[in-house]
Amino acid sequence: MKPLSELKLKVLDLLKEDARRDPALLATLLGVTAEEVAEAINELEEEHVIVKYVTVVNSSKLDDEKVTALIEVQITPERGRGFEAIAERVYLFPQVKSVYLMSGAYDLLVEVEGRNLKEVAGFVSDKLSPLESVLSTKTHFILKKYKQDGIIFEDPEEDRRLLISP
Amino acid sequence: MIVNSKQKAEQTGKSMNDYLAPRVREIQPSGIRRFFDLASGNKDIITLGVGEPDFITPWHVREACVYSLERGYTSYTSNAGTPELREAIAEYLYTSFDVKYNPKDEILVTVGGSEAIDLALRALVEPGDEILVPVPCYISYSPIISIGGGVPVEVETFAKDNFKLKAEHFKAKITPKSKLLILSYPSNPTGGIMTYEDWLPIAKLVEENDLIVISDEIYAELTYGEKHVSFASLPGMKDRTILVSGFSKAFAMTGWRMGYACGHPELIYAMLKIHQYTVMCAPVMGQVAALEALKNGLEDKDHMVDSYNQRRRLIVQGLRDIGLECHEPEGAFYAFPSIQSTGLSSEEFAKGLLLEAKVAAVPGNVFGAGGEGYLRCSYATSVSQLSEALHRMGQYIHKLKQG
Repeated sequence: MKPLSELKLKVLDLLKEDARRDPALLATLLGVTAEEVAEAINELEEEHVIVKYVTVVNSSKLDDEKVTALIEVQITPERGRGFEAIAERVYLFPQVKSVYLMSGAYDLLVEVEGRNLKEVAGFVSDKLSPLESVLSTKTHFILKKYKQDGIIFEDPEEDRRLLISP
Repeated sequence: MIVNSKQKAEQTGKSMNDYLAPRVREIQPSGIRRFFDLASGNKDIITLGVGEPDFITPWHVREACVYSLERGYTSYTSNAGTPELREAIAEYLYTSFDVKYNPKDEILVTVGGSEAIDLALRALVEPGDEILVPVPCYISYSPIISIGGGVPVEVETFAKDNFKLKAEHFKAKITPKSKLLILSYPSNPTGGIMTYEDWLPIAKLVEENDLIVISDEIYAELTYGEKHVSFASLPGMKDRTILVSGFSKAFAMTGWRMGYACGHPELIYAMLKIHQYTVMCAPVMGQVAALEALKNGLEDKDHMVDSYNQRRRLIVQGLRDIGLECHEPEGAFYAFPSIQSTGLSSEEFAKGLLLEAKVAAVPGNVFGAGGEGYLRCSYATSVSQLSEALHRMGQYIHKLKQG
């Protein structure tokens, strides 16, 4: 993998802050032309460095707030394919939001979203646990999200500066 | 019967003002204050008038201070500041700006860079001494000089020179009474900087005329392109220079009031004497935080500088797009566009901008001679706020031009 150019890294940083910034603004901020920025973005998209532009939602503001659980899963790796095959069988379920291979006391960390506790519990008992290579699961329900992907949901750090100062 | 001074004033028909020392009574309130009063209380204002970073002090710095309080660090420190902090400052100045100071007797930790400037002036100025000050400049120099009986002598700098100090203008103001030169680059309000080559003829005049220099380098870390050159690092200038700096701008620590002065041991010792009788020492909490900023905060600083640079490009481009002439500001976080094309004075323009377009900025005339016709716009505010402010300014100027 060849390292990304400095321009691409800077474009990424700015888009990670706000994906809706248009190339003209990015160009002004970075002191390059809009064409250069557009080309960098195109390449980043083609190279799948930029995978998708999504919206971060504070779901506690929604009426039909969903429940999310983090599930520790212990598995026996498959000969020849290691953890990949079982990870795929897990992440293909649409209710699974993320899957990580972990070091330490368990192997997969699975984030599952459901309409209610029952639905998530049902997923664990009907879909996840019965998988042949799954040895054990431990389900932790998330009670409140304070910060996700570097974004603080209720940011207390407002601007307290005087309107005008020397 | 005890007669307090107020009653006494009533009996004698004097106003309390009459008791004031004339040199204090004569100080004019800062023009910034008037604008602050105009702006305050209005909710929808976007401000480009703020002279401080929009970042909050990084959490690890705040946390280090909280921890020190939990551990009970609440006493005085040595007058000059804790040895650890002075050593860290010495190392930082050497690695970042190539100036070497002995932490034992050449560094004094002060309550903000402001105290350091005050101490230097008090230690050096005698009534009648002329103090050369390049303008437009930070609003405090002239009043503090006057309090000590010194005579501020303004040396103008111009937009056509990117507000650099030029030897010919400097030389023209030097007299046998000249004693000190106060430098402040990168400049608040112009964003001007001085390179090594820019400095050499100035240093030569300083030497020839046997001047002492107070170099306020509080914005040293905030340059975009050219690295800051400390006046003290120039050949032969270290002993003639009192280097003043602090943590406010580079480390987003304005409210902590942490600054320092570096210089020849005899000058620093004189300043230390005043400092120990007036404030004893800088607050210990601030010193702990400042030490953490130097030990682990240099990377935060680099990120902040990057971010200012992006916004600098945005505001300069934006100001030019709406028809204002704007030189390239290469340091600090201010753009200083000319508003002369509108036919208004700085005060008129800024007042209209505030009341009609709800954008606060500081009229250039408050920064001394040469500031008239300009507007200080701080870009230490978010990209979205900057874009909106530029949009509003554009509409305001459009309306002005239609008459």
